[in-house]
Amino acid sequence: MKARHTLSALAVAVLAATGLTAAARADVNVGVTLSATGPAASLGIPEKNTFEILPATIAGEKINWIILDDASDTTKAVTNTRKLITEDKVDLIVGSTITPNSLAMVDIVSEAEVPMISMAASARIVDPANPKTRWVFKTPQSDALMADAIAVSMKASGVKTMGYIGFNDAYGEGWLNEITKSAQIAGIKIVAAEKYNRNDTSVTGQVLKLVSANPDAILIGAAGTPGATPQKELAARGYKGKIYQTHGVANPDFLRVVGKDGNGTILPIGPMLVYEQLPDSNPLKKSAAEYITKYEAKYGKDSRSTFGGHAWDAYVLFANALPSALKKAKPGTKEFRVALRDALEAEKEVVASHGVYTMTPVDHNGLDNRARTMIRIDNGKWVLVK
Amino acid sequence: MDFSIAALLAQDGITNGAIYALLALALVLVFTVTRVILIPSGEFVVYGTLTLAGFQLGKPPGTIGLVVAMAAIAGIMEAVACVRRGESARIPRQVALWTGLPVAIAAIAAWLAPVELPFWAQLALTLALVTVLGPLLYRIVYQPVAEATVLVLLIVSVAVHFVLTGLGLAFFGAEGSRTPAFSSESIQVSDINVSVQSLLVVGTSIALIAVLALFFGRTLYGKALRATALNRIGARLTGISPNLAGALTFTLAALMCAFCGVLIGPITTVYYESGFLVSLKGFVGAIIGGMVSYPLAAAGALLVGLLEAYASYFASGFKEVIVFTLIIPVLLWRSFTSHHQEEEDE
Repeated sequence: MKARHTLSALAVAVLAATGLTAAARADVNVGVTLSATGPAASLGIPEKNTFEILPATIAGEKINWIILDDASDTTKAVTNTRKLITEDKVDLIVGSTITPNSLAMVDIVSEAEVPMISMAASARIVDPANPKTRWVFKTPQSDALMADAIAVSMKASGVKTMGYIGFNDAYGEGWLNEITKSAQIAGIKIVAAEKYNRNDTSVTGQVLKLVSANPDAILIGAAGTPGATPQKELAARGYKGKIYQTHGVANPDFLRVVGKDGNGTILPIGPMLVYEQLPDSNPLKKSAAEYITKYEAKYGKDSRSTFGGHAWDAYVLFANALPSALKKAKPGTKEFRVALRDALEAEKEVVASHGVYTMTPVDHNGLDNRARTMIRIDNGKWVLVK
Repeated sequence: MDFSIAALLAQDGITNGAIYALLALALVLVFTVTRVILIPSGEFVVYGTLTLAGFQLGKPPGTIGLVVAMAAIAGIMEAVACVRRGESARIPRQVALWTGLPVAIAAIAAWLAPVELPFWAQLALTLALVTVLGPLLYRIVYQPVAEATVLVLLIVSVAVHFVLTGLGLAFFGAEGSRTPAFSSESIQVSDINVSVQSLLVVGTSIALIAVLALFFGRTLYGKALRATALNRIGARLTGISPNLAGALTFTLAALMCAFCGVLIGPITTVYYESGFLVSLKGFVGAIIGGMVSYPLAAAGALLVGLLEAYASYFASGFKEVIVFTLIIPVLLWRSFTSHHQEEEDE
């Protein structure tokens, strides 16, 4: 027992010592909470990988990246955020991976007045109508931007009716809402909307219902490999119309699982995924190449994921805002956090991996149509739709 | 809904029901012999699918490392137990059984993994790897607490479930896998397409159930397990080792779950955490059988499969709700009709 006490005392001492040195040197502490385990792990893992290739010094200042896992759990994300703010005295919070976690964190960062950059998609995270979002920014494209791209593409190829099958959760619901709005504008009628769960062993029932409504196109509102389940079932039931997916499926694992049944599928995406195919005139080509080359050098060829890109963009926004904040105040102070927030909000035409960010007080996402492009799956490859 | 859609849904429901039935039988088997509610059965299913998927990609699956680690722990536990009983002479034999055999299987699997094997060989390796996890798990986790109450055993099962799920994430990653179908053919019966794959699933389940029935009805070990299930203390008095019965039960259960995994792989995408929901549906089936009756459990599981298929057509958003609500009337009916036997009055 005694030995155990000594050990834990030692551990406390070591922890205290590291804490003290961090505070004494006044480095910039950045707290990251992301979903590296749990249902959103396939999104969180590339984000975590991205933080591991980030430089340790920016603008001559040492950056401590403190990375915590919230296991895709909202309560854990909140606990992590509180811990990062009170114990690690961070100047910036990055996270979390998914919308429910990020929404819960908004309250805490606005109360503690710490700027936050979310890597989750929903526009509600940075809703300008909510005064709390003054401190919150986000990097991913909003669902609305992507849904609009799908509706435009459908209309261009003469689609009159569409069906929808999506997750029975916030992601699927959110997409159904957005596509309903965009489809209405484009004059497309939604004839069937079905739901499924990511762990379902079969989606035969839902797919039969969709196929019997016989829409011109079907949109699958899912993220990651679960998006392949309805697609394979549609192929098995001989559906001949166009199939659209959301940008949530754009990773190599989806291609592996969907196999040849994925051919011809169209989805909107941040241009970074196919940066090699972009024209040289596109400013994103160079910036995406910088990130992806670095990432693939460490994690292997074709390991790129758009989710990692959201983390990289958070870093780019931060690195751009840092110099001007450093001029105004010393890291670790309230003034510094205010200066950092103001600098983030003042960013103009910042070229990152997914798009070009221009923040305003009412737009803390800052992306425009340059942050989306349509791609097609062609024999296990992503091909840019010209 | 016309006849062909109804028939397709029935086909889908029976296919899934057959898989749930195997799981329900495994749950009933384990519960009657060891009083353990095997929540981690779903993880065995997942390990089965993902191990096979690993072999198909030519990657040595993470289960190999797990088998080696568990075998080492089991060997040490056996050696310590032998020393405590003063039977040091038995150590080499016990260690060879508990460590040597699983490690040998793991070594063969690791050696053959990068080679492009025929499908049946991959299948055999997968089943062997996942099946040995069963007795190892029993030896390490359940045997030391075998005499505990059902509640304690349940809590232990929950813990094991979380540990195995976490290990699954570490071994196989967050993304799911599928295994190729055994056959993509389909047979035309009047105007309904019946896929050979689903016939295979149902056929395998029935065959496995038949083999188990033979095992329990005709062999000495099978009869010993039945005796233990009927009366643990009485069985021990007649010389049936409860440890052997437990290990054997877990071997059978792991084999059945591994089969489920192999069968389910071509039908759906399996994730490291898919197991829980699948085992829960098998569990609903087992509950319908009152956790003791094999035929009722199998019928219950089939009912779950069918209900799921039709619910997904009519109200996809409420599918799980409908399936799991089924358990309430069943529990009511069982508590009114069955006379509770107090077996645990030790």
